[in-house]
Amino acid sequence: MCTTIQRSKEAVLQVLANVKDPEIDTVSIIDLGMVEGITIENHTVKVEILPTFVGCPALEMIRGNIVKAVNKLEGVEETTVTFINSPPWTSDRITEKGIQGLKEFGIAPPPKYMKEDGSWHVDCPYCSSTYVTLDNIFGPTACRSILYCKSCKNPFEAMKLISSTM
Amino acid sequence: MSITTLNPENKKAIIKLLYQLADDDFLYAYRGSEWLGLAPHIEEDVASSSIAQDSMGHAAMFYRLLEELGEGNADDLAHARQSHERKNCILVERVNGPGSYMENAQYDWAYAVVRNYLYTTAKKVKIQSLKQSSYQPLADVAVKVDMELHYHLLHWKTWFIQLLSSTDEARARMKDAYVQVMNDFTDVFSFGKDAELIKVYNLIDTESVLKQKWIDTITPVLESVQLEIPETFDTGKLNGRNGDHTKDLQGALSILSEVYDMNPAVAW
Repeated sequence: MCTTIQRSKEAVLQVLANVKDPEIDTVSIIDLGMVEGITIENHTVKVEILPTFVGCPALEMIRGNIVKAVNKLEGVEETTVTFINSPPWTSDRITEKGIQGLKEFGIAPPPKYMKEDGSWHVDCPYCSSTYVTLDNIFGPTACRSILYCKSCKNPFEAMKLISSTM
Repeated sequence: MSITTLNPENKKAIIKLLYQLADDDFLYAYRGSEWLGLAPHIEEDVASSSIAQDSMGHAAMFYRLLEELGEGNADDLAHARQSHERKNCILVERVNGPGSYMENAQYDWAYAVVRNYLYTTAKKVKIQSLKQSSYQPLADVAVKVDMELHYHLLHWKTWFIQLLSSTDEARARMKDAYVQVMNDFTDVFSFGKDAELIKVYNLIDTESVLKQKWIDTITPVLESVQLEIPETFDTGKLNGRNGDHTKDLQGALSILSEVYDMNPAVAW
């Protein structure tokens, strides 16, 4: 009985909710909308993950952390992680919990839409001011940009908008 | 269409195309990475190296598609192939300038901006076409790459227009770089001797269609900075798609593969 429960999809999801982004410990891979599929066959768990950015060097780390975490579940003998491209990850997959987690870390959540010229706007994650400047579309990781808040004088980062309309 | 239902000729066509796409981004990313620490200012260092990283990710994904088609391990495909086996266009293998990134680098930022902008616009045209590719795994990858390209294009377009609208010296250097880059555009839209094979299986638009779409895309930008597309930019010399390359490629490959060559059997 016990092993069946441990190997249920829900149990796997619960475990994955504790697999954090290696660089942002306030959000999990579930919060980021990266988990696309979970299949359980006998004692094997298969997890399908959508990479946020193709060249993200954290992917292998995430793979390792998923395997380690899911393997701890009773009755699981093998966990495999596959990175898939379809559907593509888009920034609107980030959940409400993910948005809160990002803000807590000082990262503005991704904007919802893009202006006609291809640019976008976010508010300061610290003071919510809208008086911000974009210092660099590119940031410390592929998925983030660098901005500056003119109101509270804090530099901050934002998750880039990634959308299939781009 | 999935891997198992491919007929041998169709599979061959996909493989030929994938080598070109993979090698293009592999070398483009490498030349971009050589600017790390040398870019004009710190924000540009962050931006251009981030673009190089994304582009290396694109190359890795194309190599992985080759791996899935039985061409061997992706790392080996990236590192172990000799220069005459490479299918990248000449433009991406060219050095950034005299010297090396370790010492006495006399790299030309104008050349970097022009090469990167024109390469990225060409890549965008190809990727948009690949989104309708008959090979679904490639079409899926193209959707993903296209989203990232949006930011690359925005970046290089800004530099391109601003430098061409700047001081006399900046404009003169940009115009020199433009001539240099256009002289190397011969094989960017070529599929070499595999063109017919690639065409048959509807993997991507034909060379002439891609080229025309590219001209349509960049013409308004060029006009806005009083530049014209030279009439003779496709009178070819070397064609990288057929394995013809300059000695610059050999130099790049030996640095890129230095660590790999120490012990190819090591797992990363």
